[in-house]
Amino acid sequence: MANTGWDEFEIGAMLRTFDGKIDDIAGTKQEDRAYSQSSSFSASVADWRIEKPVFNKDFCIDCQFCWVYCPDMSIIARDKKMIGIDMDHCKGCGICVEVCPTNPKSLLMFPEQADEETEIAGWPAKEKKEK
Amino acid sequence: MAFDKVELKDIEVWDGNYAAAQALRQCQIDVVAAYPITPSTPIVEGYGAMKANNLVEGEFVMVESEHAAMSGCIGAAAAGGRVATATSSQGFALMVETLYQASGMRLPIVLNVVNRALAAPLNVNGDHADMYLGRDSGWIQLDAYSPQEAYDMNFIAFKVSEDHDVRLPCMVHQDGFMTSHTAQGVHTMDDDTAYGFVGDYKPMNDMLDFEHPVTHGVQTEEDWHFEHKARQHNDLMTKVMPKVEAAFAEFEKLTGRKYNPVEKYDMDDADVAVVCMGTSVETAREVAGEMREKGVKAGVVGIRVIRPFPFFEIGEALKEIKAIAALDRSSPNGAPGMLFNELAGALINTDANPMLSGFVYGLGGRDLTKKHLEEIYTQLQANVDAGKLTTPQQQFIGVRGPKLQFL
Repeated sequence: MANTGWDEFEIGAMLRTFDGKIDDIAGTKQEDRAYSQSSSFSASVADWRIEKPVFNKDFCIDCQFCWVYCPDMSIIARDKKMIGIDMDHCKGCGICVEVCPTNPKSLLMFPEQADEETEIAGWPAKEKKEK
Repeated sequence: MAFDKVELKDIEVWDGNYAAAQALRQCQIDVVAAYPITPSTPIVEGYGAMKANNLVEGEFVMVESEHAAMSGCIGAAAAGGRVATATSSQGFALMVETLYQASGMRLPIVLNVVNRALAAPLNVNGDHADMYLGRDSGWIQLDAYSPQEAYDMNFIAFKVSEDHDVRLPCMVHQDGFMTSHTAQGVHTMDDDTAYGFVGDYKPMNDMLDFEHPVTHGVQTEEDWHFEHKARQHNDLMTKVMPKVEAAFAEFEKLTGRKYNPVEKYDMDDADVAVVCMGTSVETAREVAGEMREKGVKAGVVGIRVIRPFPFFEIGEALKEIKAIAALDRSSPNGAPGMLFNELAGALINTDANPMLSGFVYGLGGRDLTKKHLEEIYTQLQANVDAGKLTTPQQQFIGVRGPKLQFL
């Protein structure tokens, strides 16, 4: 979609979330919604992230804690199953890792430039509880 | 919900506040969010009583401050309603942050400002300090000199402000106490005629249009902010005045009362002129008539539309004048005075070459008497006779003690 020209914006400090008319938006999945160019959903707003969460589905129990607690709605879940992370909107705050209850955790923070497959291959083992 | 209409007499005895409240009632406002402050209190008090008596259909929201009052108005306007409120002085000052939000968001809100001095020292009486505080806020500012005009200007305000080409908020000013609490005969319109003039409110980009969701009050940084502000300023300066003049013309057809962005009295052959606002205009007109009997060709210019400043209209009105007095009813606090500056700006790149004197007067409700105006006209005529300024460029009128002007 072409960028809006400097003289094409509507008057007022207002932006439209969707292109055209919407209907039953609550019943429409994000990927099927006609988000406009000016919607934050269409833009990457994660430029300043320096650490990122990496998701290891082998240990995930789909408890949805990360989905509930994520302040930027960047945990992607479908049919109550954790699918992954929306890296265009995740700011790297680490709350999802903090609330993850599994052992080992299913989400861990790594430097932004870390390779996901390498980190999953070297994922920490289950911690034994000290008695 | 149904509401009752009111049978008004052709001429009602109203003060400026009640005239404004009646105009708001007749415009059928959707939301009034208000916090009372002297001397504007009776506007919202009167409107509240109308609401309680089932004469108003819309919502009346009582809030905890003027900041909240204007914030409520902004929310209601963004939601798609006809919105108005009233304030004065300190309350106006507390609203200032949100005034810029309203104009930047291009929301047509009408704000009745009953002009009052700004503390410190605390003072409840009329001067134009609050009016001047709002002059860079991006609002349209109309000035009413009497209760009749406070009534009339409210209709003009809604008509212009809500025009989809304009979409800028509008203040209607009246002088605290001198206009707001002085009862005079006010020619009324019946409810249907009055509402017919402003018409049904036509929402634009309203938040309650759920099929077309919008975000209001967005953030733009260096990449977009300037374009928004430049276009807003351009709309204010180019689109508003033609709409004001059209509204004035339509209003004249309806009521016979004629208004102009720049009001001229005895100006056709004038040598000297006083430029002022508010209730001072009427006093100046009376004195100008008396000066004419003494052989001074005296005229008066009243500013009806303060913002957008009638740059070309004022230049045209003053092009033949030899000596001009700019009367500012607000302490300039670090400059010659708003009207002095604006008149100088409007005249400097023209063929006119008048002598311009600035006068600061009436702070905190200090009277401007006929004697003061006689002295001003006498000075102006002395300047004309001498062919040069014979007085300081800036003077204070009616202040005790040493002369404190800096120019």
